[in-house]
Amino acid sequence: MNRDSNKHTYIFAVLMVLSVAFVLSFTSESLKDLQNANVKKEKMQNILSSVGINVTRDESEDLYMDYISEELSLKSDGTIDDDIDAFDINLALEVKKDSETQRFPLYIANVENEKFYVIPLRGAGLWAEIWGYIALKEDINTIKGVSFDHKSETAGLGAEITEDWFIDSFTDEKINDSQGNFVGVYLTKSNNDPRNEDKMDNEVDAISGATITGDGVSDMIIERVQNYLPYFNNISNE
Amino acid sequence: MSKDIEPLFSKKNRALLTDPLDDDNPITVQVLGICSALAITVKLEPAVVMTVSVIFVMAAGNVIVSILRNVIPTRIRIIVQLLVVATLVALVDQFLKAYAYDVSKQLAIFIGLIITNCIIMGRFEAFALGNGVWKSFLDGVGNAAGYGWILIVVAFIRELFGSGELWGIPVIPQFIYDLGYQDNGLMLLSPMALIVVGLYIWIQRYYNRKLIEKD
Repeated sequence: MNRDSNKHTYIFAVLMVLSVAFVLSFTSESLKDLQNANVKKEKMQNILSSVGINVTRDESEDLYMDYISEELSLKSDGTIDDDIDAFDINLALEVKKDSETQRFPLYIANVENEKFYVIPLRGAGLWAEIWGYIALKEDINTIKGVSFDHKSETAGLGAEITEDWFIDSFTDEKINDSQGNFVGVYLTKSNNDPRNEDKMDNEVDAISGATITGDGVSDMIIERVQNYLPYFNNISNE
Repeated sequence: MSKDIEPLFSKKNRALLTDPLDDDNPITVQVLGICSALAITVKLEPAVVMTVSVIFVMAAGNVIVSILRNVIPTRIRIIVQLLVVATLVALVDQFLKAYAYDVSKQLAIFIGLIITNCIIMGRFEAFALGNGVWKSFLDGVGNAAGYGWILIVVAFIRELFGSGELWGIPVIPQFIYDLGYQDNGLMLLSPMALIVVGLYIWIQRYYNRKLIEKD
């Protein structure tokens, strides 16, 4: 057999590609359910952590049922769409749609008789997307907590947004300015508040060397939370 | 093929495992795989995860290429090698996502880096295509370990001096900070990886004189 003949080359290439395709698609299909379950549990874990409940991934499913009392899909005018399951909304796809068809998920948590609104966030970091959850107290101004995650921010720099010391700096910050207008929370190097004692300034310390990731966090808080302002207006007028 | 039965761990076979650790280190002597050494040595944990994954991919890949070495058409051998690496990496990724989700999140960034790691293709091309299965396996493990050893050394130094931590746990006591010590942020940036590797090469050549080139 001449292994450098055209015939052998073609047959080898076809067989090799077919067998690789078979192995990969078989593995992917047979592991799909396990993988999706992991992703779902992690989402529940992140939602819970934004309201200050830290659980392992395996416990998250049960505790999620205990603490999250409502899941709402909101239209852009703030009314509720009952036909869509909020948990299944893929925010990455949703933000690309036009405002008529957009639906935004809102999770309402009840923890020790306190009510929290959990808003999913999604934005752009330096290398790829970043996402997270922000939990607001019942005054729809004070932050209860946040959780962030990222696809591929730089380890030691942008990736620090998932660390507790950074996340904790958001606690009790306001998203409205002193006149009550929505401004979000900015990551800035000119915070002049090293101990983060001023909770009314709408600012937290940025991370050195992670300016782009930090700006992404500031932007995604503003962009995503403002989608929910119509709904919050509706309920405060009721 | 020789008819003599060679013991599994003959002196020659042991050398396949141990040479890449020092005398023939892929990073510091052959200067391969530098690109990923810069990217993932900021912290110890991803460096170790990367090392383990590369050991698996390289050993398995070397074995597969070695099994197929007599039927792979010469003209498309590079594409075939690439396919083998890519498949193995995709398989590892799928299994980690299902059974070790946290590790897979650590690894996600480095998948592309494993596929493009020049050491892997280099060993397929230079060794597995011309040697038997067992020798190729040893060569794969040895080279991946030699690569991983450098990653771990560099990551240890960078995490210790860059963030004052090891494996994410703070190790520099508070009183040293109180005396005015600060973590060196430069250590976290890629150029310092190159400088640390450079220092390693300097020290290695000081102790291992035969590596010094004579012109």
